[in-house]
Parts: sequence; C-alpha cells; structure tokens
Amino acid sequence: MSLTSIAENPKPGSTIFSPELAARFDKLVTLYPRRRSALIPMLLYAQDEIGYVSDAAIAEIGQRLDITVLDVRNVLTYYSMLRTKPVGKYNVQVCTNISCMLRGGQEILAHCKDRLGIGHKETTPDGLFSLEEVECIGACSWAPAVQVNYDFHEELTPESMDALLDEYRSKASQ
Amino acid sequence: MADVTLTVDGKTITAPAGTLLLEACRKVGIEIPAFCYYPGLSLQAACRMCLVRIEKMPKLQTACTTQVTEGMIVATDTDEIHQARKAMLELVLANHPLDCPVCDAGGECELQDMTFKYGAGGSQFVEIKNHREEQQWSPVVFFDRPRCILCYRCVRVCNEGMDVAALGIQQRNSGSVIAPNDQTQLDCEQCGMCIDICPVGALTSDTYRYKTRPWEMTHVGTICTHCGDGCKTTLGVRRSDDGMQIVRGDNRDKSGLNGEFLCVKGRYAFDFANNEERLTQPLVRQPNGEFAPVTWEDAIKIVAQKFRVARDDRGGASIGVIGSTRNTNEEAYLLQKVARSAFGTNNIDHHRTTDYVALTRALAGKKHRMASIADAGSAPAIFVLGNDPTEQHPLLAWNLRTNVRHNSARIYLANHRDIKLQRQAKSSIQIPADGYAAFARFLGGEENSVFGEDAKALRDALRNEPSLLIVFGSELRGSAIDALAEFGLSLPDTKFACLGDYVNSRGAADMGLYPDLLPGYVPIEQEGGLRAEYGGRMSQQAGLDVAQMFEAAARNELAVLYVVGDDPAERLGVDADALRNTFVVVQDMFMTATAKLADVVLPTSNLYEKSGTVTNTFGDLQLVKKAADRAGVRSDLELIVRIADTMGEDVHALVPFGKGVRADMGQSRGVQSGEADRHGIWLAAHNLEPKLSPFDPNAVLDEIQRLVPGYNFDRMELLAGTSQHVDADGSGVMEISRFANRPDGAMPSADTLFTSGTLGHYSEKLNEVETFQAKKSMVAAD
Ligand code: SF4
Ligand code: SF4
Ligand code: SF4
Ligand code: FES
Ligand code: FES
Repeated sequence: MSLTSIAENPKPGSTIFSPELAARFDKLVTLYPRRRSALIPMLLYAQDEIGYVSDAAIAEIGQRLDITVLDVRNVLTYYSMLRTKPVGKYNVQVCTNISCMLRGGQEILAHCKDRLGIGHKETTPDGLFSLEEVECIGACSWAPAVQVNYDFHEELTPESMDALLDEYRSKASQ
Repeated sequence: MADVTLTVDGKTITAPAGTLLLEACRKVGIEIPAFCYYPGLSLQAACRMCLVRIEKMPKLQTACTTQVTEGMIVATDTDEIHQARKAMLELVLANHPLDCPVCDAGGECELQDMTFKYGAGGSQFVEIKNHREEQQWSPVVFFDRPRCILCYRCVRVCNEGMDVAALGIQQRNSGSVIAPNDQTQLDCEQCGMCIDICPVGALTSDTYRYKTRPWEMTHVGTICTHCGDGCKTTLGVRRSDDGMQIVRGDNRDKSGLNGEFLCVKGRYAFDFANNEERLTQPLVRQPNGEFAPVTWEDAIKIVAQKFRVARDDRGGASIGVIGSTRNTNEEAYLLQKVARSAFGTNNIDHHRTTDYVALTRALAGKKHRMASIADAGSAPAIFVLGNDPTEQHPLLAWNLRTNVRHNSARIYLANHRDIKLQRQAKSSIQIPADGYAAFARFLGGEENSVFGEDAKALRDALRNEPSLLIVFGSELRGSAIDALAEFGLSLPDTKFACLGDYVNSRGAADMGLYPDLLPGYVPIEQEGGLRAEYGGRMSQQAGLDVAQMFEAAARNELAVLYVVGDDPAERLGVDADALRNTFVVVQDMFMTATAKLADVVLPTSNLYEKSGTVTNTFGDLQLVKKAADRAGVRSDLELIVRIADTMGEDVHALVPFGKGVRADMGQSRGVQSGEADRHGIWLAAHNLEPKLSPFDPNAVLDEIQRLVPGYNFDRMELLAGTSQHVDADGSGVMEISRFANRPDGAMPSADTLFTSGTLGHYSEKLNEVETFQAKKSMVAAD
C-alpha cells in the first residue's frame, strides 16, 4: 500500500523552481514555529513564478513542508486568488463590488468581454489576456478599478479601458 | 479534577472541571443536539447545532467546545434555543436533496432524527439546490456530495483514528466539498470508518448501497471471522431464497472489544458466504474419479464406516485429524475429543501461525500475565516486537493509536522493516530479520555487537517503565519467547501477548488441537485426569503433526485423513499422489485444494452461520451468534457429532446435553412469533440454557469450562456479550523436558490488510480492494 501520506515526487534535492525561489523557500520554512505555516506565501510565490500553481509545484511544496498533497490542495482551493490553471500573460481583474458597481464597473466588465471576446475566467486564444470578475480590490476611492496582474488602474471608462488594453498589447509585442 | 457546580435549565448539576458542557448535560439526561461533535475525536464546532445560552456571555455558545465553570448558568430549552436549532437545520438543509426515500441512511440518519425532533416544517429557501453527481472513490467508498452536511467527522476519523489522512476538505462556504487524496480516488486502508461515522448518507459503501432499508434487516452481534483480534461485528441479515443473507457489517452500537472500529475485512469481507462457488451438497468420489452429490445420511454413513474400519483394523494411529483456526472453541474442543476418545488417535493438529505453547510454558504458574487486547488501549507503555499491526492486527493498531492520542501512551518498536506504527512510536529501532531471538537475549542483558546505541537506549527505556505491555509477532518462537518473557518478568509489572493470525488461532491452541498437548496445553504424558473423561481409547503417545501426517500418508501409514475447515494442501503444496492410499474427508465451504484431493466433501457453515465461542489471540473469549443461514450446509459441530454417533459412539458421553434443565420452549403458552427467541433470552438471563440437543454448543462449553485450564470465566457475563479474558496460565503444565525443545511448527500466514488466508480468495470485495490498492502502490513506486 502506498498511503501517499507524504508527497512523494519529486526526488529530494531537485526542484522545479528557480534557484532564487528555491533559496527563498529554504529560508521561509525556517521562519515559523511550524513549517506548514509557510504554505500560503509559498503558494503565492510559486504562482508568481510559474503563472499558476501546477501539480508539480503542489507536490514539491508538500514535500518541502512535510504535508500531504491533499493538505496543500485543501488550503489552495480555499483561496480564489490562487489558481491551478494557467492564465493569459495579462490577467485583467475587473471589480464589480459595490463602489465600482455604482461607478460603472459592470459596464467596464461588459466592455472587456466584448473587446476581448472572452468571458469570466477565460483566456484569449493568443494567450495574451485573461478576464476575471473580482470582488473589492481595495481601490474604492478611485472606482471603477481594474487590476492587471499586480498593477492597478483606476477611474476607468470604456475609452480609457480600450487604451489600457492597447497599451498592454503593444507592450507584449515589444 | 475538582468538581464544579453549574445550573442548566434551572437544575443544579456538578461535573469535573474541564468537562465539556455538552457532555456534562448528556450525563444528567439533558440532550443537546450535535452533528460535528464526536466523542474521541478533536473538536470542530462546525455545525452549530449545539448552541446554548450562557448567562453573561454575548451571543449563543457552542456547548460542544465550552468547558463547564463554577456558577455557570445555562439555558438549553428556551424559545431562543428552539429557534436557533430550527435555523441551523434550515441552513443544513439548504442544499440537502431530501432524497430520504432512496438514501441508504434513511431510517437511521441523524439529520432525519434531528429534523424530526428540532426542525421546522418548512424552509425559506427558494433557490435551486446545488447538485453534484455521486462519485465512486474506491471499490468500497461512494460519495454523494449533496447529502453532505460538512460535519468533518469523516476527515477527522481518517486523520486521527486511522492516521491515514485520506480525506480533505476543499473550496469554501456552500461550495465546500469533501475530497479524496488521490484526485478522484481514495488511496487508503479502505476501512469504511468514514462511511459509518457519517451522520447522513453522504458516504456509502458499495456493498450496501441501495440494497435494503435498515428496518428490513435483523441485526446480530457476532465476531469477525478474519484476523486474530476478534472484533465484534453487527451483521445485518435479510431473508433470501436459500436462507438468511448478510447484507451489512458494522459496529455502530460501539459494543465489544473494538468499540466502533472494524477494518475492511470485518466490514466488507463477509461476502465469501454468498460466493457462488459455495458447496451445498455432500459429495462423494465415484469409481470413475468424479464427485457425485449424495444425501447427508449416505455421506455420513460412508465416512463413519471408513473411520470405524480404519480404527478397528489398523488402529487409531492410522487416522489423522486436522482442525481449523476459524471454527468455534466448541468445535475445536469436540474435534480433539472425538479424535482422542472415539478414533483413539493423537494425530491431531491445526494450522499453527505462532507459538502460543512457548509463551504459556514461559509464563507457567504466573497469574494475570497475559494481556487482553483492551490493555493495548490503556497500558501506559507498550513494546511491540516484530509484526506489522497495521497490516496484520488492525484492531491492535487502532487501540495503540487511540492510546497514544488520548493517554499519551509510550510505544516502543523493534522491527526488521519500516512499519506505519513508527509514526506513533516514542522510539523505534531496526533489527535484522533473523535477529529477533538474539535481540530478546540482548534485552535480557546478553551483549551483542549487532545491536548498537539505539538498541541500548531502547532497552534502558523499557527497563525504566513501571508498567509495560509486551506484544510480539511470530518472528519470536520457542526459546526466543523464553528469553523475552524472562526479560519482561524481571521488570516491575509486565503483561504479554503473542500475535497469531486467525480468529480462533488461539482457541484452536487452547482447545488442544496438538498431537502432543491436551486442552490447556497439558502435555499428553500428563493426561491431567482427562483419561477418566475420555475413556480407554485415549493414547498417551504423542501423535503426528500436519507435516508428519502427510509423510505418513505417503508411506501408506495413514488410512484416513479428516480435515475440518483447513486447507493444508494449498499451504504445504501436497500432491495428490501422496494421498492415493488415504481416505480423505474434508469439511469445508468451498472446493479448496485439499477438498479437490478428498474422497468425501461435506459442505459446512462458516462462523457467521453458527453459535459458540472464539478466543482472540490475546485470550479474550467472546460469544459467537448465528446471524446468517444457508440451505444445504451443516455446522462442523453437528457433523462431528453425527459421524461419531453413526460410528456407534455414545453421544451422551461426548456432549453433556440434556442434563438437569428441562426447558419450556414456549409450548405451554401457545405459539407466537418471536416466543421461542424471547424465551431463549429469558432462559439465558436466568443462567438456564436449554442444551436440549447434542448439537448445542452450550453443552460443549460446559465441558470446556469444567475441564480446560484457564477457561474459568463468568458464564453470565459471556452470555450478556461481555468478553471474558481467559488466562491460559499453564497452571496444568508441569516442567517436562521434552516441552523445552519442542518444534513450534508455525507457518505464519503473511496476510496483509487485504488478504485473509484461503477464505480471502472467496471474498470478491476483498480481492477487488486488493487489486485496486496494488495498482495504487505501483503508481506510487514509479
Ligand atoms: S476508508 Fe478508512 S482509510 Fe479510507 S478514507 Fe475512509 S476512513 Fe480513511
Ligand atoms: S461526508 Fe458525511 S461525515 Fe463527511 S463531512 Fe459530509 S456529512 Fe460529515
Ligand atoms: S481487525 Fe481483525 S477482527 Fe477486526 S475487523 Fe479487521 S480482520 Fe476482523
Ligand atoms: S468596490 Fe471595487 S475596489 Fe472596492
Ligand atoms: S456539535 Fe457543537 S458545533 Fe457541531
């Protein structure tokens, strides 16, 4: 019986992460009284590096923390900002929570859907953009707001949204 | 801890400080409804069913996590609380499908009961309910997501109770879902604990799903027929075309040695009884070499005549008898009695899986040194030498884990391989596979360079234990057991247990299924007053063991071989030629390798289809009750008696039945359904068992109690269902030199969690689970 109690792959010592991130993880796990407390930051950093939390990342993180793959998934699936599928190069997160909704967030979302030809949690065929409808991102004072990857864009109109998308598109082709 | 006094619903109650409010209330009969609270598991506070009002505390509090304190004033029976319960149930039911009419749990569902008692008649939810299709996670476990009330009991029992941690919880809020560890499947011990602990019908078993309703079954508490731990299992049986069929095994009433624990075998591997290959007619080999069915009368006549002629013409020593490790004590006892007193032979043996004899000898004359399996759950320190309890003794492993969890017990291990129990062990060392005997001597102080610092540290730790339980596997036999016992007896307070493999391995040994030992391990030379009981045919010459019987057969020295519920041909690889001049009679459920070599095959019932007692490997004697029934088969007890009777033996001398008590079976009060049953219970309660027939195991039990050393137990308690620990303390054993170098002849079965000797071959479910898990370990090894 295998009883996959502790994540088995990959072999100890090898890593799927960059040397810098691997070193960061090595340090991170020593910072807490219990190793597993490092789980959420590790998931986030892994997602930043790979674009999403892959099965291989889950396995390695589990192994680094001495917990099961199931344990990792139990936490991972709880947080909507952690994802297990790749997204486009630019992840466009449109807020439709109360302040943004009152100031046209829904229209921005509809406009993005229209322009990009994709819906919530979908990715354009060229892999450039993904779209996501999200809850409050803490930029209420400048609603309606959109977050692209880690960058904020505020007080948007359908026009300025278009310009923003064009800007990202040209950035990608550079 | 000191008691505190509090007030609940105006009643003053006292409870030890630290008691949970919910428990304190239950103790005095105030019911507080609860889903997620489960005694013995960690606290969860997930369901909010147990809300109560505590004065001076803001908001309602969960009684399942609140400890009682001095002067606390609690209200559990107010409009506010009734309303809270209604509201909680409404939320629990928000996505619940209410498919009770087809749900397995219907009729014994905690959610049904709670809704009936505390719930509202309607719901304010008008939204469409979330639905997900049911999923099959393993050959035994199915999951119906919509029925799940997210109490986390399954997650906790698998984590804490089983230490498998195969279940998790994913997503959040109303999308939360219980998830298996291997994507869409379960890679686990397949015990089914999660299924039985589920308060609703969210987790169900493949064996039982959609088969029947709880109230259509009769529930009979008996003993699992598989390993040597002897779990009590409650079998749900239902009338079928040819008898009573088992449809479910569980132990939800938590009675018996095992509480609610059962492993995969106890819970699901009863299906061998329904196997299509089951024999239901006596078979006799014809001159053309083929088997043909005959009537019971004819079959028994043929067998009895052969036995009598062999005895009278060639002497008792020309008859060999092999008994079973899965029969009752009564059958084992009677078999050796018939062999010795009617056949006049000591050629009697069984499949030995460990060396009980050596332990009995080593502890001869010492009272109360043999442990009960319950001790594994309460002893402060346990040393497990050899064996892999998780695989071979699942209840023992459960008890050890529970003991560590609840009582911080200290577990010490010495083993030649990595075993799962290391995770609970305080210290664990590896020793060579052939080093057990040397290690036992090392413990006693014999220095040995094979054992390093870790071994010395372990020895020191054991020496410092004020009270120790030593449990050892069949890696230790003969003089190694003496050495271990000597070490153990040098400590202040030590008990021992020896791990044998099958449900009645210990019983078979205790009952004297040995060529050189009588019941209670009395050497045959000593005969311990049994000659007067057994009559003049009894010989004082030690007989042949199993291997020697086959050798004798090959030399044409065995006229008859009588095999009762064993399959030595498969175990020893006996070829047909060796038995060409031996008349072989086999009593079994199936056409086993041995049955294929037989001249007469008599189809028998299994442990679930008979009554009597069995003794687990720890010496816990328990009552076996007839649950199922199969047309066409007979119990071994009945067959042994009938063969002896047809041989012309005095049945009254064999079985002390019909003595003393005259029972009124209800005739005087008219016949009414259930009358005989109720009357039977009345008789038992007054210590008056009917024993009207020679096939009544209680009659044989009388003789066991009277004659077998160590079997002086409380009959009343046994009948009431309480296990009785028998101290086969070797009090009848005198020091005999032959005894010391006696070959143990043990062949451990090497069973795993998913196998069960020959019997296991006939359980489809067990085979399915074994294949399923084997694939998982192949993948994991890649
Ligand atoms: S069957 Fe047993 S081991 Fe498997 S998930 Fe359920 S409780 Fe855990
Ligand atoms: S599956 Fe059953 S035991 Fe597990 S959380 Fe759901 S209701 Fe509770
Ligand atoms: S632990 Fe042994 S006795 Fe208990 S259910 Fe499993 S096989 Fe049966
Ligand atoms: S509501 Fe959109 S940022 Fe707060
Ligand atoms: S029983 Fe108290 S919250 Fe579930």
